[in-house]
Amino acid sequence: MSTFASFVRKEFIHILRDVRTMMIVLVMPVLLMLLFGFAISTEINDIPIAVVVDEYTPEVRRDLTALESNPYITLTGIVEEGQVDEVLRSGKVSAVVMMRDGKRNVVLDAANSSLSVSAGSYITSILRSGTTMPLSITTYMRHNPQLKSAYNFVPGVMGLIFILICAMMTCVSVVREKEMGTMEVLLVSPIKPIYIVIAKMVPYFILSLINLATILLLSHFVLDMPVSGNLPTLLTLCVLYIILSLMLGLFVSTLAQSQVVALLICAMVMMIPIIMLSGMMFPVENLPPVLKQISYIVPARWFIEAVRKVMVEGLPMAGILKETVILCGMTIALFVGSIKKFNDRLE
Amino acid sequence: MKSVLPILMRKEITQFRRNKVLPRLAMMIPIMLVLIMPLVTQMDIKNISVVVLDEDRSLLSSRIENHLANSDYFRMQESAYDYSQAVELMDQGRVDLIVSIPAHFERDMLGGYGRPISLTANAVNATKGGQGIQYASQTIISAVTEIAAETGLEAANFQSSDIRIQNRYNPTGNYRHFMLPALMIMVVLLVCTFLPLLNIMTEKEHGTIEQINVTPVSRWEFILAKLIPYWILALVMIGLAMLLAWAVYGLVPAGNPLNIFLGAFLFSLCMSGFSVIIANISNTMQQAIFVLFFFVIQFMLLSGLFTPISSMPAWAQWLTYAFPPRYVINIFRSVYLKGTLFTELWFDYTMLFVLAAAFYTLATFTYKKQK
Repeated sequence: MSTFASFVRKEFIHILRDVRTMMIVLVMPVLLMLLFGFAISTEINDIPIAVVVDEYTPEVRRDLTALESNPYITLTGIVEEGQVDEVLRSGKVSAVVMMRDGKRNVVLDAANSSLSVSAGSYITSILRSGTTMPLSITTYMRHNPQLKSAYNFVPGVMGLIFILICAMMTCVSVVREKEMGTMEVLLVSPIKPIYIVIAKMVPYFILSLINLATILLLSHFVLDMPVSGNLPTLLTLCVLYIILSLMLGLFVSTLAQSQVVALLICAMVMMIPIIMLSGMMFPVENLPPVLKQISYIVPARWFIEAVRKVMVEGLPMAGILKETVILCGMTIALFVGSIKKFNDRLE
Repeated sequence: MKSVLPILMRKEITQFRRNKVLPRLAMMIPIMLVLIMPLVTQMDIKNISVVVLDEDRSLLSSRIENHLANSDYFRMQESAYDYSQAVELMDQGRVDLIVSIPAHFERDMLGGYGRPISLTANAVNATKGGQGIQYASQTIISAVTEIAAETGLEAANFQSSDIRIQNRYNPTGNYRHFMLPALMIMVVLLVCTFLPLLNIMTEKEHGTIEQINVTPVSRWEFILAKLIPYWILALVMIGLAMLLAWAVYGLVPAGNPLNIFLGAFLFSLCMSGFSVIIANISNTMQQAIFVLFFFVIQFMLLSGLFTPISSMPAWAQWLTYAFPPRYVINIFRSVYLKGTLFTELWFDYTMLFVLAAAFYTLATFTYKKQK
């Protein structure tokens, strides 16, 4: 066991000596978390619009006041009919309300179809507010009454940052030794390859735990994420995910021929499916069937879903059993795969 | 004396082509981003699982139910006896939206004093919850309007046809067409940063950069020889991506394609210059990649690619003025979908040029031939 301890010490010294990289690894997640937690939002406000008016009737004046006073809309000015295409095309406004002959037409810049649907419904509801309608609808937003985007994005960003940073930390571990030629020295040492691999993980695991602590504290106290479920469940889930991510990096490291390839895979290639298929940006249930199948192998998908359930919905461990089992299975598969690949090198 | 630039460039291209992984990766990225990823970008939420709790059991309430059932957005598979059971289903993730119609809704409504219909959405995902509520409200309003028109009651108050909406530039409301041009930019963003950075860092780690440093090759010749192939690669990839977008998604630029290529070229200039700065200040390959990743992920998530810049808080919007992708995404989307003219996009082109100039100035200052 003392050989194992000295191996762990060796890896620690490697990391501690490179103060700059270590600082980057510890500071970067904090900055990203804060930046994304505050900045990413899908709330729509300040839609710039312009108006075309032919005659200032009382109705037109009433509509103009209503548009002006609405917080979601910024009335940039009144334009001539001939300018409508130009102001929309150049992106100065997202919509033009044409009020002519007592009729009201809304011309939307539908390039961003998602934004234009919201803009259209805001504008029509503002214009309709003058007329009375004996129908009222009350709405309740369960779990998220203020409709905060953060409830959606914070778990997403957590899933993204953990997996990529952990994988990037460990993905050079084995392949670097290979490149430098020090691998042979390690392999002739009186320790089983499995311990070499585990020894490489330990320091990174500790670094990741520090990251986990800062990120969770930040998301709760600074970004106002609730922790509705119980904390031990959340911690277990996160630690499991970190181990999985470290293993993923390790697996890439045993496969790759060079550091360049390992880093490219972990930083560049994996980033795209994680952003696109994890449910962080686009809802998973909307995916076409084939892509849905692919999303099942993206670990971040399961993690993000489970974190949302624990943090926002407050489900207990039993509620995230499926996700936990899947993440466990992935971890074991990656570990076995890495060891197998690592042993292959011996021949 | 003959310039060494072409010779150095030939060396770079040969090295790139000999590599087993890089050329394949370079081909895979545009295919993955332009061919497959647009399928993912579907903001329109369909299949919202809805439960209707109808305590009214009137003509009106069943009409509302029919309208919801016939809508593409909703599906009605679950049912519940009462509100608490419905909420339970919601917490299990089987129901996204609960519509409860109070008793005597129709009678009260026709009497002119409406008791509210209540909508409850699972808003863990704020966008999805908000959209569900929005669609359901519209559906309910149209059902009520229809009934009111049929019964001839207070028709004056239900002027739903008085406002006409016209969608310009993307009349089918295809969100994929909005995302495609931006996904093309992601190709350049990835290829023109990671590849040159790793290229320079390999020379640094292997010590071959020192051999170059002792030759009379100037630092600019060395850097340009490394970057020019990537500029060309970026333009080729944009061309390829445009072909794919046309062949698979039927999307062709409404404006002048040259404007697109000019934007892509300036952008590849910017990003490769940026990666040279990072290479200059990093000691190891891993460190360099961490720093680059830190910026690239911001470029991706804060440049208006996925979420609109106008939704961000003011300080963050200011920050994005320093992000080159912000401008090029705007150029690509405007030219592609709206056919915006070069003169109308002068600000974006100028900013890309200014940022490129700034990055190369910084790169010159941080590059040291001696240690």
